[in-house]
Amino acid sequence: MSENCAARLTVNGSPEDFLGDPRRSLLDFLRLDLKLTGTKKGCDHGQCGACTVLVNGQRINSCLSLAVMHDGDEITTIEGLGPASALSELQRAFVTHDGFQCGYCTPGQICSAKAMLDELAAGWPSAVTKDLTSGPIPSDEELSERMSGNLCRCGAYPNIIDAIRAVMQAEEPA
Amino acid sequence: MLTTYDTPDQRNLLDRTGQGIIGAPLDRPDGPLKVAGQAPYAAEYDLVGCAEGVLVGAAISKGSIAAIHRDEVLAMPGVLLVLSDKAMLRRPAQGGAAQAPAQDVRQIDYHGQPVALVVAETFEQATAAAKALRIDYDDQSGSGRFDPDALDFAPGEEPTVLGDIDEAMSKAAHRVDETYRTEGHASAAMEPHAAIAQWDGDDLTLWGSLQMVAPNVKELADSLRIPDARVRIVAPYVGGGFGSKLGISHEGVAAALAALELQRPVRVTLSRQQVFETVNRRSETRQRVRLGADAGGRLLALGHEAWISNLPAEDFAEPVTQATQFLYGGDNRYLAVLKGEITRLTAGSVRAPGEAVGMQVLESVMDELAHKIGIDPIELRKRNLPARLPGQDLPYSSRKLFEAMDEGGAAFGWSKRKPKPCMTRDGEWWVGMGMASAARVNMMQPASAQVRLEADGRVIVETDQTDIGTGSYAILGQIAGEMLGCPMDRVEVRLGDSRFPAGAGSGGSWAASSTGSAVFRACESIRIELAGRLRIDSEALELSGGIARGAGKEAPVTRLLAGAPLERIGRIKPGKTADNYAQASYGAFFCEAGVNAFTGEVRVRRMLGAFGFGRVLNAKTARSQCLGGMVWGIGGALSEELQFDPRDGRLMNHDLAEYHIPVNRDVPPIEVLLLEERDAAASPIQAKGAGELGICGTGGAIANAIFNACGVRPRHFPITPDKLLAQLPDPFAEIAS
Ligand code: FES
Ligand code: FES
Repeated sequence: MSENCAARLTVNGSPEDFLGDPRRSLLDFLRLDLKLTGTKKGCDHGQCGACTVLVNGQRINSCLSLAVMHDGDEITTIEGLGPASALSELQRAFVTHDGFQCGYCTPGQICSAKAMLDELAAGWPSAVTKDLTSGPIPSDEELSERMSGNLCRCGAYPNIIDAIRAVMQAEEPA
Repeated sequence: MLTTYDTPDQRNLLDRTGQGIIGAPLDRPDGPLKVAGQAPYAAEYDLVGCAEGVLVGAAISKGSIAAIHRDEVLAMPGVLLVLSDKAMLRRPAQGGAAQAPAQDVRQIDYHGQPVALVVAETFEQATAAAKALRIDYDDQSGSGRFDPDALDFAPGEEPTVLGDIDEAMSKAAHRVDETYRTEGHASAAMEPHAAIAQWDGDDLTLWGSLQMVAPNVKELADSLRIPDARVRIVAPYVGGGFGSKLGISHEGVAAALAALELQRPVRVTLSRQQVFETVNRRSETRQRVRLGADAGGRLLALGHEAWISNLPAEDFAEPVTQATQFLYGGDNRYLAVLKGEITRLTAGSVRAPGEAVGMQVLESVMDELAHKIGIDPIELRKRNLPARLPGQDLPYSSRKLFEAMDEGGAAFGWSKRKPKPCMTRDGEWWVGMGMASAARVNMMQPASAQVRLEADGRVIVETDQTDIGTGSYAILGQIAGEMLGCPMDRVEVRLGDSRFPAGAGSGGSWAASSTGSAVFRACESIRIELAGRLRIDSEALELSGGIARGAGKEAPVTRLLAGAPLERIGRIKPGKTADNYAQASYGAFFCEAGVNAFTGEVRVRRMLGAFGFGRVLNAKTARSQCLGGMVWGIGGALSEELQFDPRDGRLMNHDLAEYHIPVNRDVPPIEVLLLEERDAAASPIQAKGAGELGICGTGGAIANAIFNACGVRPRHFPITPDKLLAQLPDPFAEIAS
């Protein structure tokens, strides 16, 4: 670690030193310093979800977090899920089900969906979970509630749910 | 080859090429890059030495700048430049302007208008300096006009007057005369406006987030007072536009000026708040609709007047009555749009200008009339579809409105709708059904595109046409693949670069039919050339799998090419078919909504849209366009509302937390039916506009479902709970039956 390194992060498996201005958000660190522009800036205020990345496996809005706060954290961005030449299941399902139009909210949707599926599997409740003891049933309402932090102005929502549902079904043990 | 489109092309060539490519629900070719985060949007090009610019907005509503305390911020770390220049844009360009909009930011026309650009080494430094910049104003805000109800209104265009509406209304057996309101909307594309500018000597390259590259080049060049040929715009991926990126806006010119001054690349991205405050809004509207019908439910009188606003010296007037012109009959008509000058940010095109708000109101009033007469809303509409365009005696090119209502209604289960309100309860929810017609005027725009058949048989399509999420990459490739018998993995589409021939741009639902027709024509001339080389008539030519056949002859395309590529530019522009036919896309919306009997909250429970817009070029992307439109319809009906401070015209809800676009959970299951249709008058590919149709009437269907559910007639959009609550029926009353 260099002398003035403020934080060492692991981003998509690679160690990365953050050195700069403490005002730099995690989002801008990814986009401007690491040139990982797959993570999008839609509002810079935690209102749209376009900047969603995984920090230690959990989804956050990277615009609401400073890079310097992430010493020791493991960050996964859309680039870490799969390149265009080797898409993950979820990415492929978004293509097949047309879960986007302009594509600007899409990396955030996909990162969010990935963490959301883990949250569901872990039994985390949401605002629409009927029974807190037996855990959530993955109804369309559950899925759309849990994906409501990711805005899509193109209105691809029904297709996004279809894409997520397709991955859930593919992963279901036979 | 003639370029104007004068005679309907009835050959339906795309039905005879037999490749199974056109219309197929193929995945978007740009999809893998987008889901992998590898498709670069405007702000995402990595230019060495790029400085960061942040715009500063005016803190007053009207006036001028007296002094800018530049030196204070120039002393801050990393700050390179403070620009407040007479060339900087005061307002964005209107769609298709092709010339500079209002310039000189030292004058202030509305609150939040950009007045300066601060450039620094880093984004954080520029942001801090922009916040710190002190500006003294000569404040004339007191002379602003802020109340949209108290403006001096004048007609935007000549009103349409036929017969005598007052007399016809007085004679009508059934009449409705109501005034509605709709609040302003924002495009709110997810990608904020962004530009990177770089000069190479006198040549400017601008990576921008723009919808219409060719006019944008002219707007930028004119703003900078340089020749068009010195400007290159690159916009291969655009994160949504919805009208807000039709014309250039503040960031592009500011970036270009700063880059020139600093002799290094400069990036300027509008903050989300600046996108709301400074680009364009859809005007709020007040609309009076008068419908008078005879005893049989036939319209005698049709009046539609709208009062809208814009800044002084802006010609754009939300064309609220656009679809009312052609949708329904009635010999006595009065249609007018009246514009008043207001001190608010520029009003301009937001997805489906006119119909988005005009249709939701007209279709609500049609429902009022049907209810008064006591007939089914579908039946009322069917009785009032004119045989020829009212007042102009033109034929309709193709109109699938009957089919949309019938097939849509059957698929939705319309027959189960209760004829009266308050007849269905589901727990604490009143439940009802509503329908509305969909209609959006069809327009062709001049377009060109180049198609190159490479010596190895691959096909390359090039045009400056953008893909703002609409599916241009998919459909333009499918047209070429179908016409040239080339499998899609050997077709490549390159878009959004001003070095390519000028497409129609993305706006007004015209991209697919216009630029698609240019690609079609380029392919047609390649076919004619290939047929000539095979020495057969082009009508007999079949192209498939790289083989050219016909009249008993056959040869691999690569042999006909003999090692050299074959390249053609196709061109089209509107001609006599535009004058001789009333052209529009049509459809029908069906909605089931629940209204909370205690709180007035509205939830859309399910929706269906049936649409006819000529040939479907890609069933998957077309469906998505319709879905997206209906999602916009939900927003316009229930939650979207620009709120302005009545004291100074300042936009109060300037971000995505306060301006409520629909989220995932606001959107119920939506079904889309695409009707089989060919409209030869619209284009040689028999296609017409699809991108905006899904929003043109949706809100009416939702409002009508609300009335059918709870008996409250909403006449003010968005229909927030406060507007229903006071009139809701007793939640504990017996359900009528
Ligand atoms: S950019 Fe972070 S939530 Fe919008
Ligand atoms: S795909 Fe355009 S915003 Fe979601």
